[in-house]
Amino acid sequence: MSDTPSDRKYLQTHEWHQTHGDTVTLGISQFAADELTDVTYVSLPKVGQTFKAGDRFGEIESVKATSDLYTGVAGTVTEVNTTLDSDPALVNREPYTGGWMVKLKVTDPAGLEALLAVDEYLKRIGH
Amino acid sequence: MSSPTTGPLKRTPFYDFHVAKNAKMVDFTGWEMPILYRSIVDEHEQTRKSGGIFDVSHMGRLAFSGKDAIKFLDHVLTRNCAAMLPGQSRYSLVCNEAGGTLDDVIISRDQKNWIMVCNASNREKLMAHFHAARKAGDFDFEFADNTASTAMVALQGPKVIDRMSEILPGVRDLKRYGFESGTLMMLIKYTVFRSGYTGEDGIELVIPAKLAPMAIKLLGGKEDKEGATLRPAGLGARDTLRLEAGMPLYGHELNETTDPISAGLGWAVDLNKAFIGAAALRKIAENGPARKLVGLEVEGKRIARQDTPVVSTDGKVIGIVTSGTLGPTVQKSIAMAYVDAAYTDVGTRLGVDLKGTINPATIVKLPFYKRA
Repeated sequence: MSDTPSDRKYLQTHEWHQTHGDTVTLGISQFAADELTDVTYVSLPKVGQTFKAGDRFGEIESVKATSDLYTGVAGTVTEVNTTLDSDPALVNREPYTGGWMVKLKVTDPAGLEALLAVDEYLKRIGH
Repeated sequence: MSSPTTGPLKRTPFYDFHVAKNAKMVDFTGWEMPILYRSIVDEHEQTRKSGGIFDVSHMGRLAFSGKDAIKFLDHVLTRNCAAMLPGQSRYSLVCNEAGGTLDDVIISRDQKNWIMVCNASNREKLMAHFHAARKAGDFDFEFADNTASTAMVALQGPKVIDRMSEILPGVRDLKRYGFESGTLMMLIKYTVFRSGYTGEDGIELVIPAKLAPMAIKLLGGKEDKEGATLRPAGLGARDTLRLEAGMPLYGHELNETTDPISAGLGWAVDLNKAFIGAAALRKIAENGPARKLVGLEVEGKRIARQDTPVVSTDGKVIGIVTSGTLGPTVQKSIAMAYVDAAYTDVGTRLGVDLKGTINPATIVKLPFYKRA
């Protein structure tokens, strides 16, 4: 798991959060993508929807299991990765790049403080 | 698929092979088994297009012999065993008095012995059931559990028979559900069955446990790479393959409160003979089952998993999903479900309740996939 990027912060439920100015991009870690196995469907919110820190923003399904997706930070959806509609397995192939899920305009940065740095995330999941 | 167990996990004779192949290992009813090596979808497609190698050593292998073996098997199995010829295998159910399913098995008649392959999770329960039935009925026969002393591997896919004919010459002439025994390389005693659980042609091979690591190399495990004819496949692909092929899985479509008639397995039940559960099953067959196992095609890409409610167009809950997946070959969201008999016509429009969202679904004929 040495390839887990350190330029972003994590929830223990495996979502990564990468900030650029007042926008945060969310996706899931390689570990989570590997655990799910072949992703078959990603249900994402609509542009304009708002979330509080800890809210469920979507759902991800694989051949094996279904999991909820959570945001660790409050914000308004500015963009969703529509490529995942036609190619959900992109989450397996490129979880940290092409497999991103949503971009949020941060409405309350407080949640960012509580997120886990990469070392802490890896420790929590036992790596 | 798995249930919580205590104590160390059991390992098959192919355990080292799985680890060397970097398989993702899981607890499958007390056995440490590979769920996948690369990807469930890859392994599924490999099996449909060419060939997959599956470790099925966790399944129970029981042997019956002696004077009353036939009589006993006809007493505990739904299938007519007396009518079977040496070299034949048949799918059968083991039922309780109420007609509930204790297990689904493959029974094979050898020259002297009978071989039964049962589900890993049911082996101990079945052994106890057989001991009790033998005692109650005063049958004179022996039975042995050969699970630990043997290994079992399934080779499934359209290219398997050609490839295996190179080392097991008799395989090509085996009929579907036929089997034979022999010696490979003057060393490996084997029994090979022309059967499987994927909807593809193929074989299942039983060999001595000690020779399993050598045999897996011989069978093509060694040449595992992109484009190879045979590649290892895990339990994940085994599940999607069997589901597309409309085959029941114990613990999903079958359990102790589910009878084979409602499960659409009446073809494997001989109601003209006496066996444990026969009276109850005759009644169900006469009255018609209250609910039946059906195939559902779910609109869209969402998966209706086990325990998803099935609803009628007017919102009434009329059934429950037993298995569901996104079929990698059929490219559709498919499920099997028990549904009230009134709603089981092919083409009936229904819905599946995915956490409060009703997703349309239609009853389709099983199987979802049939090989060309």
